Amino acid sequence: MGDKLLNAFLVGGALCAIGQLLIDKTKLTSARIMVMYVTLGVFLGGLGIYQKLVDIGGAGATVPLMGFGYSLAKGVMKEVDQNGLLGAFTGGIKATAGGITAAIIFGYIASLIAKPQGRR
Amino acid sequence: MQKLYSAKDYQKYVDKKSPNSKLGLNMLKAFLTGGLICMLGQLLMNYFQSRNLDQMDYATLTAMCLILLSVILTALDIYIYIGKFGGAGASIPITGFANAIVSPAMEFKTEGYVLGVGAKMFLIAGPVLVYGISSSVILGILYYILK
Amino acid sequence: MRLGKQTVTFEKMPYITATAAIVGPYEGEGPLKDGFDRIIENDDNGEKSWEKAETKLMQDTYHLLLQKGNTTEKNIHYVLAGDLLNQNIASSYAFRDRECSYLGIYGACSTFGEAVGIASMIMAGGFAEQIICITSSHYCSAERQYRYPLEFATQRPPTSQWTVTGSGGLLLQKDGTGPMVEMFTAGKIVDQGIKDANNMGAAMAPAAADTIATHFVETGRKPEDYDLIVTGDLGAVGTDICRELLKQYGVDVFERHEDCGLLMYDRSKQDAHSGASGCGCCATVFSAYFYPKLRNGELTRILFVPTGALLSPTIVQQGESIACIAHAVAIAG
Repeated sequence: MGDKLLNAFLVGGALCAIGQLLIDKTKLTSARIMVMYVTLGVFLGGLGIYQKLVDIGGAGATVPLMGFGYSLAKGVMKEVDQNGLLGAFTGGIKATAGGITAAIIFGYIASLIAKPQGRR
Repeated sequence: MQKLYSAKDYQKYVDKKSPNSKLGLNMLKAFLTGGLICMLGQLLMNYFQSRNLDQMDYATLTAMCLILLSVILTALDIYIYIGKFGGAGASIPITGFANAIVSPAMEFKTEGYVLGVGAKMFLIAGPVLVYGISSSVILGILYYILK
Repeated sequence: MRLGKQTVTFEKMPYITATAAIVGPYEGEGPLKDGFDRIIENDDNGEKSWEKAETKLMQDTYHLLLQKGNTTEKNIHYVLAGDLLNQNIASSYAFRDRECSYLGIYGACSTFGEAVGIASMIMAGGFAEQIICITSSHYCSAERQYRYPLEFATQRPPTSQWTVTGSGGLLLQKDGTGPMVEMFTAGKIVDQGIKDANNMGAAMAPAAADTIATHFVETGRKPEDYDLIVTGDLGAVGTDICRELLKQYGVDVFERHEDCGLLMYDRSKQDAHSGASGCGCCATVFSAYFYPKLRNGELTRILFVPTGALLSPTIVQQGESIACIAHAVAIAG
């Protein structure tokens, strides 16, 4: 149990530290890094490499945006196995629907209630 | 007056004059922040796992909980401090994705609920979805052909 | 009278008879807090949007300026105003339904210098007796237009600058007492190819150096003729570079140069990175810090050089470099 937590901390931390390195060294904005990480996650997920990282790091690999890409990849491949080519179009969003919908609906509700704060 | 530098030489000169980010420290902070968020994710995951849910469900539930937490922290004007401290450690986890959705939604409420909140919500997260989903479709097609 | 291709001097010099500055809460915690006329309590200034907050900031500064200058709206022949927002909306809406001729101008953070220069020429041409020059910027309205939503969690690089929340203005009069506008060197647009919108000081430094060096060539003056050369918002990085560029032009200002962007915040205590920027930066610092010193004789003559980065998010996203400008106004106490 403790090992799992430590592994999640280490793997997740390392993925973020690499992201920080990219931001500081290449002047890529964090928005671009986010896009890069998701796309890379899809790619590594498709190659089956990311699965190994998930086996080691657990949430440390699934919580970062690369894990979002990995879920898209995994969902797509699962659906293609079941439904053929149509799965390429349905699998990704199906597998990630919970997260995307949660972000939209919680985000919408928050925008009704909260107001951004100024300079601090 | 005559220009003193060519564009290329001036860029070099400016790079020398501009202070760099404290790379080591920033990376350490990103490591700690990102690591802790992932550890929290693992805690949630362990909890859902112990409730005997099927694999897909508990991963999704974990993501949803982290997203809810991030939305609350953003709305309460707290997540920005986590971002200031942690940099990539706050933007790369799924919580950063949620922050990227709720922050423009809050910001552009002044322009109305349709073209403000509704449209601007995807200002930063939109590209993530566009490129993530598009690349997954390409992957799916390749997988279909190659398997 | 024209002294050179870019510089004019005024035989009948316009007087700066009053100034006014209202700033945001964060600026009000800085070292110049006692110089500002008013410090607003909240960034929203009691309004529903950041743009409206900025508009009200300028309106209030305008009314305060009329009051401090002991004049009324019907005496004002022109208002020259500008800000950072698209279509200059803070300025235009601040003067909606007012009874005075309004000229909206845009020069990014150099707008204040542009306004004073044009106003002085209008006055020297005999076309006006009282003119108000006023500019504003607001951190929150600028962030959402140029960068990210306020609550978006991201770090700023150490070269970045913070837009000042504030509005500053001055009243120019044909007759009166106070510091006078002696000369105006209108800047050229200079682009040294910097593309990083997070390093505007470095982008603006060559424009500032160009205008200052041109001013000395065309007027025959030397840096020693001024107590201070005051640039607008070069920040720490830009200040350093500008001084060195000027040295290469043969102008040594190391002993007598200040930058409004470095005066606004206490960089050891406040989160300010490379310093302050924005249309409101040099306008409020001039009003709160330099104008009183010119008035009480602590300073006898300064060269005031507001600097501006004329970028928009659109052009930066298209991969263009940042075009910059600086205008120099010689002011004698």
